[in-house]
Amino acid sequence: MGLLSRKATCNSHGQDSSYFLGWQEYEKNPYDEVLNPKGIIQMGLAENQLSFDLLESWLAKNPDVSAFKKDGNSIFRELALFQDYHGLPAFKKALVDFMAEIRGNKVTFDPNHIVLTAGSTSANETLMFCLADHGDAFLLPTPYYPGFDRDLKWRTGVEIVPIQCISSNNFQITESALQRAYQDAQTRNLTVKGVLLTNPSNPLGTTMTRNELNLLIDFISDKADMHLISDEIYSGTVFDSPAFVSVVEILKERNLLKDSDSDVWNRVHVVYSLSKDLGLPGFRVGAIYSQNDTVVSAATKMSSFGLVSSQTQYLLSAMLGDKNFAKNYISENKQRLKRRQKMLVSGLKKAGISCLKSNAGLFCWVDMRHLLQSNTFEAEMELWKKIVYDVRLNISPGSSCHCTEPGWFRLCFANMSEDTLDLAMKRLKAFVAESAGGNGRRKSIIGHSSGKKKSPTKWVFRLSSRDREQGDR
Amino acid sequence: MGFTSEIHDYQLLSKIATNDKHGENSPYFDGWKAYDRDPFHPTKNPDGVIQMGLAENQLSFDLIEDWIMENPKASICTPEGVNQFKHIANFQDYHGLPEFTKGVANFMSKVRGGRVKFDPDRILMSGGATGANELIMFCLADPGDAFLVPSPYYPAFVRDLCWRTGIQIIPVHCDSSNNFKITREALEEAYQKAQEDNINVKGLIITNPSNPLGTTLDRETLKSAVSFINEKNIHLVCDEIYAATVFNSPGYVSVSEILQDIESINLDLIHVIYSLSKDMGLPGFRVGIVYSYNEEVVHCGRKMSSFGLVSSQTQHLLGAMLNDDEFVDGFLKESSRRLGKRHSVFTKGLEKEGISCLPSNAGLFVWMNLRKLLKEQTFEGEMMLWRDIINEVKLNVSPGSSFDCKEPGWFRVCFANMDDETVEVALRRIRAFVGKETTPSSSPKKPVKLKRWNSNLRLSLSSSRRFDETVLSPHNMMSPHSPLVQAT
Repeated sequence: MGLLSRKATCNSHGQDSSYFLGWQEYEKNPYDEVLNPKGIIQMGLAENQLSFDLLESWLAKNPDVSAFKKDGNSIFRELALFQDYHGLPAFKKALVDFMAEIRGNKVTFDPNHIVLTAGSTSANETLMFCLADHGDAFLLPTPYYPGFDRDLKWRTGVEIVPIQCISSNNFQITESALQRAYQDAQTRNLTVKGVLLTNPSNPLGTTMTRNELNLLIDFISDKADMHLISDEIYSGTVFDSPAFVSVVEILKERNLLKDSDSDVWNRVHVVYSLSKDLGLPGFRVGAIYSQNDTVVSAATKMSSFGLVSSQTQYLLSAMLGDKNFAKNYISENKQRLKRRQKMLVSGLKKAGISCLKSNAGLFCWVDMRHLLQSNTFEAEMELWKKIVYDVRLNISPGSSCHCTEPGWFRLCFANMSEDTLDLAMKRLKAFVAESAGGNGRRKSIIGHSSGKKKSPTKWVFRLSSRDREQGDR
Repeated sequence: MGFTSEIHDYQLLSKIATNDKHGENSPYFDGWKAYDRDPFHPTKNPDGVIQMGLAENQLSFDLIEDWIMENPKASICTPEGVNQFKHIANFQDYHGLPEFTKGVANFMSKVRGGRVKFDPDRILMSGGATGANELIMFCLADPGDAFLVPSPYYPAFVRDLCWRTGIQIIPVHCDSSNNFKITREALEEAYQKAQEDNINVKGLIITNPSNPLGTTLDRETLKSAVSFINEKNIHLVCDEIYAATVFNSPGYVSVSEILQDIESINLDLIHVIYSLSKDMGLPGFRVGIVYSYNEEVVHCGRKMSSFGLVSSQTQHLLGAMLNDDEFVDGFLKESSRRLGKRHSVFTKGLEKEGISCLPSNAGLFVWMNLRKLLKEQTFEGEMMLWRDIINEVKLNVSPGSSFDCKEPGWFRVCFANMDDETVEVALRRIRAFVGKETTPSSSPKKPVKLKRWNSNLRLSLSSSRRFDETVLSPHNMMSPHSPLVQAT
């Protein structure tokens, strides 16, 4: 008999993966403009550090909140005691209004159907506990957020079966990939309880097309007991067209909401958080939204294991409840993200590197296949190590996101200053030039964007940015 | 018209979501309902139900509030502290803010009179003690395994230890013949029986000070428990959430102190659960702590803490507060004094009416002995008396059966969640009730045969109810007169 549980001694938490190892290297040698200018620049962390000043100036204008006062009266005692798992009413209202605002008010959310959790980490795990039994499976399009291996599988015993997406169609989910994944699960004798998508996607940085959303809704529609979870944690980071379309909007358009003849509305759930849109990961604010009363009820009870601190609920209820502020924040934040993304894309281009055309998120999905020694994941790891140790950039290799094609990397752009991003791009450019020189290849020229490079695998790469297929929007 | 049949939901959702191991479908909601419908207020509703089923520490808020006002830098929202906003808001490292873990280690040490030191690197965060207890189970036991739990015990252990973990509780029954002490014989007996039933016991969980008894474990009992688990090579989890509520002798002896006294203990078996919800009266801030002497548990538990980290805003505030030695020393002393005084007023008031409680020196409640008021010495008798107390005396108290107590007639009554005047009102009402009950002229009530409560009993309750000692009514969470209720 082992002293500890099986969960404690296995490594389903996934934290031995390269995604986390890169972080460890960064911790040992972190870049600092003054103290450690040769250190590793952190580009593996999807944080939004661009808009804190907006939050800080709001705080300066609202001193009551900091003094635990409402209308001049102290509410410290009430907040200190408040641990009702239904959440602070004012906060839930402000949160659902914020979510509606992000969706252009095309849909509204009922505060009674929101469950507050300790970050979306907890929200996703809680949904698994509610919807699946130990040994059941969820289908996830690849590439996906590495943390899902921990959040969805570790303590729940749920399996993830990948829906393999590939670059030839810009990693969009296809009917055949979906069916193949479903078949795969059947072959492995796994009961599929649903599909979990991230929209906008991490790590792709793209919003899901209407086509894909409809495909997934159709897929779960005709299978009894199959759920669709849409993790919309990046919904407020959509800075470019096409506009964000939430799964809830599709349900509304297709008349599949409550009181329709279908029961699909009962099996679609949204996950949200303030960690990315507002850049507040430390506050641990996550949410589950579902029209299914039993899910809401069960998830609410489970939220006892990870409630949101009452003082944080209170602060955010005041902040997000300030509608003008919330609206302006969303808009200004997007502008800044857009500008910053463009900086990354053009910097990469100068290094002869292209990326998937993206319109959302805090990162780009970067194509470094042409820099691989061979079309293998070993080669990807080799390249990654060089980039971490020699170029001194912590970036996330596609394999850690379960991408089926080697050579893709996620690079974050919103967690550093402009100067740091600039430096990162210079380092990368120097590295690429050096590699090209070393192998006797043509050096890339600044601004050159139409050359073709021969590679051992006879692939043809275009160095210009790829245009994303517009698809049906 | 939409698929909402219950039967369908049972297939649609998981077993965990649709079983009732969350423990909320219990008949004790009646007490809550009565309170919700008719909550006491000194001026607006003086005849309402007084809440005595909630183990909250409301006696020392002023001390904390004063500190907060005097230390604006500890808040990230004030002009003095906002320069930290960006760093704190962005901080989600599961190691916790260094000043926070240091502060918690410091506080825990002071609570134990400085007799033990805690290593900040062993401190793991979790979503309140609720999250902490679940987390430690996930680390120590597999589905189907069991933990021994001395009864009477905190009712929500069923949810915290068992619900999502798949673990089972084996109660170790204690009774009044020896003041509910945990005996080595009882532990051995429970362990043997589990072996015979082929149940894999992974450990023992004790709450010290005890909820609902309000007593601290004596040194001998603690040593005996430690040697028991050491011998069987099973874990010992000590829930020390009430450690700073000790207001009287005998003083507090924590498991960490015992470790220093006994040789050849396998430290890998020892784990402490803590929280600031009771000692500091801050349940809303969700500060749960797991402290383990087992390196692997710290390692794994830290990763698991991702599911219930403490808000960095709260870590920052408390980090500053708990590292302020002058404040901590003063707070612990004064809080303990106020609890002791309140306990004394209440128990002396009860004694005058001939009501005795288990002699206690800690906690936010007393374990009240109402056996002589039972019409019959059965749990039906206890339920009848309980309903009378709610409906006639208008006090919401918790019957012993809800704590899995094997002797009927005991009730847990909380005293630290109200002001002095309300305590007087409660005592007056008890006085009146006891007087009536013991007057020979009143015709004895016929004991009504009630359905025996068992954990499978399901009542149709609104899904908004939650039975837990730590939560008020969900819809009118605070007093209806609180400004927060009106917040929009």
